[in-house]
Amino acid sequence: MPTPGPIHGEFHARDHAWHPPALTPAYKTSITRSPAQPLLSLPQTLSEITGPTFGPSDLGPLDHDLILNYAHGGDPIGERIIVHGRVTDGNGRPVPGALVEVWQANAGGRYRHVKDTYLAAIDPNFGGCGRCLTGADGTYSFRTIKPGAYPWPNSTTSWRPPHIHFSLFGTAFCQRLITQMYFEGDPLIALCPIVNTIPDPEAVARLVAPLDMAASKPFDSLAYRFDIVLRGRRSTLFENRLEGN
Amino acid sequence: MAQKLEHRKETPSQTAGPYVHIGLAPGAAGFEIFERELGQVIAGPQSKGERIRVEGRVLDGAGAPVTDVLIEVWQANAQGRYNHPEDTSEPEFEPDFPSDFSGWGRVIPDFETGVFSFETVKPGPVPETGPGTTGRSQAPHLNLWLVARGINLGLNTRMYFSDEVEANAADPVLGRIESPGRRQTLIAMRDDTVDPPVYRFDIHLQGASETVFFDI
Repeated sequence: MPTPGPIHGEFHARDHAWHPPALTPAYKTSITRSPAQPLLSLPQTLSEITGPTFGPSDLGPLDHDLILNYAHGGDPIGERIIVHGRVTDGNGRPVPGALVEVWQANAGGRYRHVKDTYLAAIDPNFGGCGRCLTGADGTYSFRTIKPGAYPWPNSTTSWRPPHIHFSLFGTAFCQRLITQMYFEGDPLIALCPIVNTIPDPEAVARLVAPLDMAASKPFDSLAYRFDIVLRGRRSTLFENRLEGN
Repeated sequence: MAQKLEHRKETPSQTAGPYVHIGLAPGAAGFEIFERELGQVIAGPQSKGERIRVEGRVLDGAGAPVTDVLIEVWQANAQGRYNHPEDTSEPEFEPDFPSDFSGWGRVIPDFETGVFSFETVKPGPVPETGPGTTGRSQAPHLNLWLVARGINLGLNTRMYFSDEVEANAADPVLGRIESPGRRQTLIAMRDDTVDPPVYRFDIHLQGASETVFFDI
C-alpha cells in the first residue's frame, strides 16, 4: 500500500436545493428517469478530485466559431452574436484551461441531429456545436447565431426558449457540469418546464445571459455575457489521515 | 445581521437534453465537424493491462432503454494511477501513461437498442486519500457520469468487477452501501467466453434494481 501524499483541499458539497431535483413531474421525462433512492454521499478520493485534462492541441482553430466551423460555401442564416464570459470557482478564482463545449439549434429552432425531425429547415452552413478552452483569466468566447425557439412534445404548448447548451470541465471529475444559457428578455423562459425544474428564481436568473452592448461588434454582432461558476474547493491543504486503518 | 460570505453558488444544472451528442460527440449525431472528437479512446493499444470490453444498457423506471444517454468514463490505469497531476499518491513511482492512455472516454449507445459497449484496460486498485477516508485501497473501478433527456443533474456512479471478490469486500465505498442487494448494482459480471473478456453492466435509473448513485 503506497503512502498517500498531501493533496489539495476537497471540493465544496453540491447544494441540491439549488440544483433541480431529479424528479420534476412537470418535465415529464424526469418521471421515469429520476432515481428514487437518495444519493449516497462519499468522501472525495482521487477518483473524484482528478479528471481529464485538455490542451490547445485537442482543438482546431475554428472550433469556437460556429459561424465558420461548418460553413459550406456561405454563412449560416440568423442573428450574429458573440457569447462570452468567465469561468470561476465558488471562491471567485478563475478556472483556466477549462474545456467549454456548446451546442444549439439553428436560427429556425432545428438541431442537426439524426433524431430531430422538427419541420424547420436544416441550415447547410450551420453545424451547431463549438468548443474552446478558457484563458488564464478564466474567460472564453464563442461566435455564433442566435438559436430559434422550438416546440417539443412535453405538452401541446411546450416551447423551448432559445438556448445554448453548455458542458464544462474544471480540474476534477466531481466538477463536471452541463447546463443551458437563456437570453435576457425572452418571455418563453418563464413558461418552460425545463427552466422551471429549478426551484429558486435566483438560480434561474444565473442562467439568463444579459445583452452586453459593450462587447458587441459594431455593424457585425450583438453580444451576450454568460459567467459560469464551478464548484470551489477548500483553500487549505490537508494531510491524509495516516492513522486511518 | 452577520457578515456576508463571499462564496458563490455553482451555476445550476439543466438537462443535457436528447441532442447532447451534437455538442459532445457530433459524429454520433450524424455529422463530421471537428478534426478530432474528444473521448473516443480511453486506453489505446499501447496501454498496459488486461484488455476488456464493457457492455450494457441504461434502463428507465419502466424498463425501457435510455437510448439518448451519454456516459463519461474516468478511470485509473492498470497500476491504479490517474492521468492527472494531482495523483501524487506514490511520488517516487513513475506511472506508465503512453500517449494513447487518457483514462477518460465518452460512450454512446445504439440509438435504437440502447446497448452501449466500449473497450479499455482494467484499472488497478486506487488508494483512498482525503479527509474522512480510511487510507485503505479502493477496489478497481470505473467512475461513470450519466446525462440524458429527463436527467436534471448528471448522475455519478461506479462500476466494479465481479472477479475482484476480495477487493470488493474490502472496498470502502461499497462498504458504505448498507444493503448487500444494492451493492450488487455496482458490480459488473465478467464473461470469459469471449475475447477480450466482457463485463456486463446494466444501469437502472429507477425501480427495484435501482443502481446506487453518488453525491460526490
